[in-house]
Amino acid sequence: MLITQLKAKETIVSLVGGKKVFIINCQGCKEVSFPEKEAAELQKELGASGKVTGVITTDYICNPENMKLRLQKHMGEIEAADMVLVFSCGVGVQTIAEYLEDKMVCAGCDTCRLPGFQGVTPLEYDCGQCGECYLNLTGGICPITACSKSLVNGQCGGSKNGKCEVDSNMECGWERIYRRLEKIGHLDALKCPTQVRNYATDDEVSK
Amino acid sequence: MKITELFERGEFVVSAEVGPPKGIHIEHLLEEAKTYLSGITAVNVTDNQSSVMRLGSLATCKALKDKGLTPIYQLTCRDRNRIALQSDLLSAAMLGIENLLLLTGDHTKMGDHPQAKPVFDLDSVSLIHAVKKLEEGEDLGGNKLVGEPPKFAKGAVVSPCSDSIDAQLAKMERKVRAGADYFQTQAVYEPEKFIKFMEKAKQFGKPVQLGIVIPKSAGMAKFMNDNVAGIHVPQEMIDELKKDKEKTKAGITGVEIAARIIKECKPYCQGVHIMALGWESKVPDLLKQAEI
Repeated sequence: MLITQLKAKETIVSLVGGKKVFIINCQGCKEVSFPEKEAAELQKELGASGKVTGVITTDYICNPENMKLRLQKHMGEIEAADMVLVFSCGVGVQTIAEYLEDKMVCAGCDTCRLPGFQGVTPLEYDCGQCGECYLNLTGGICPITACSKSLVNGQCGGSKNGKCEVDSNMECGWERIYRRLEKIGHLDALKCPTQVRNYATDDEVSK
Repeated sequence: MKITELFERGEFVVSAEVGPPKGIHIEHLLEEAKTYLSGITAVNVTDNQSSVMRLGSLATCKALKDKGLTPIYQLTCRDRNRIALQSDLLSAAMLGIENLLLLTGDHTKMGDHPQAKPVFDLDSVSLIHAVKKLEEGEDLGGNKLVGEPPKFAKGAVVSPCSDSIDAQLAKMERKVRAGADYFQTQAVYEPEKFIKFMEKAKQFGKPVQLGIVIPKSAGMAKFMNDNVAGIHVPQEMIDELKKDKEKTKAGITGVEIAARIIKECKPYCQGVHIMALGWESKVPDLLKQAEI
């Protein structure tokens, strides 16, 4: 099971920063506990500033075929937005980011782990459920699961021909992140402050 | 002595690397370092290089220091969490070791204990940040240190001939912003790529030491091309190593190639770092041929 927790309101407000935004809520699978009420309140506030091009609330966005069908009906609103803000677990955000390859796709939630069965998780978009989602700094590609060292401050010196030093069949996660940030014109994300992981997050949640 | 003081004085800084043995006898290492490396500025000591378990870097640094050499303590994030790393940094300062090279480290799967847990609690950038905080009198947990804080020359690495140069530069910038004072590079065999890299890297205003691995044979060159990240030995160098087998075996060809690379790159960098990989005895001749 997992919990999706809203990121702090200030974090989301500064992330949006006056941009036009399309919102996707995934109230997901039965394995996820989603903060429906809090998310709705926050989105109402964002909507009041008149910058929301559209909102959809759905489930199982981690299923790419299902997600594409839902999004296709809203492509106009998505194209009108500068960014897509996804309130879901990390798998959902990554699935959307991969599909909307030219859009900046951001996470409105942190995903925390709970014991038990997990949702429909396609392996190529794994979420580490680390409790401090990095997807907004990495173009929607998870550095925890896409990098074999789970590095959060950029690539190590170990990639050869774009492949990871640990597994020559695995693409270097940070090269994927770099290419994606370049594509969405968001390389300035790499100029963020030094990231130091917080392993206390999981414990605090389960207390 | 901090090697940053020498960079500040505009000196061309030469360092070389030694790797501790898998065992407790380092008389041979100390003897070789004393004989061949006394003339250079500083000696890097690797930290369980290639994820192969060996004698510790810190203990070896101390032994070199006792012999009158200036050690550079290499510290990786593979084997220790932030508590152990910060503790070892304080230990280093207490032992009078002032020069650091801070790295992420190879993955445990690359070495002789592939079953080991890869730690990577911090990475190269957050480790530099941690050192800077210790220098400011505080640890990563936000707790005050007792007494005078440590002061280090904080080194980092960069791979100038990597196939993703822009990503490397972005990482280098993060290291600079975290507090890196100087850089040593991965081995360079393509001076033109290095020079181009330096044109871009000079915006950061930090001294860079050119990395050199003396090529020992055509086989070694081909091995590096296939297996080592950020290294490409051009075909004409491989042919040169193949041409006269005796000359190559004696190390003459390798030293000639390395000296040529240093001479070509010298105007664009602030020092050279030689990874002799057991050929420490060739270092004095290499420096002579490179006119350093």
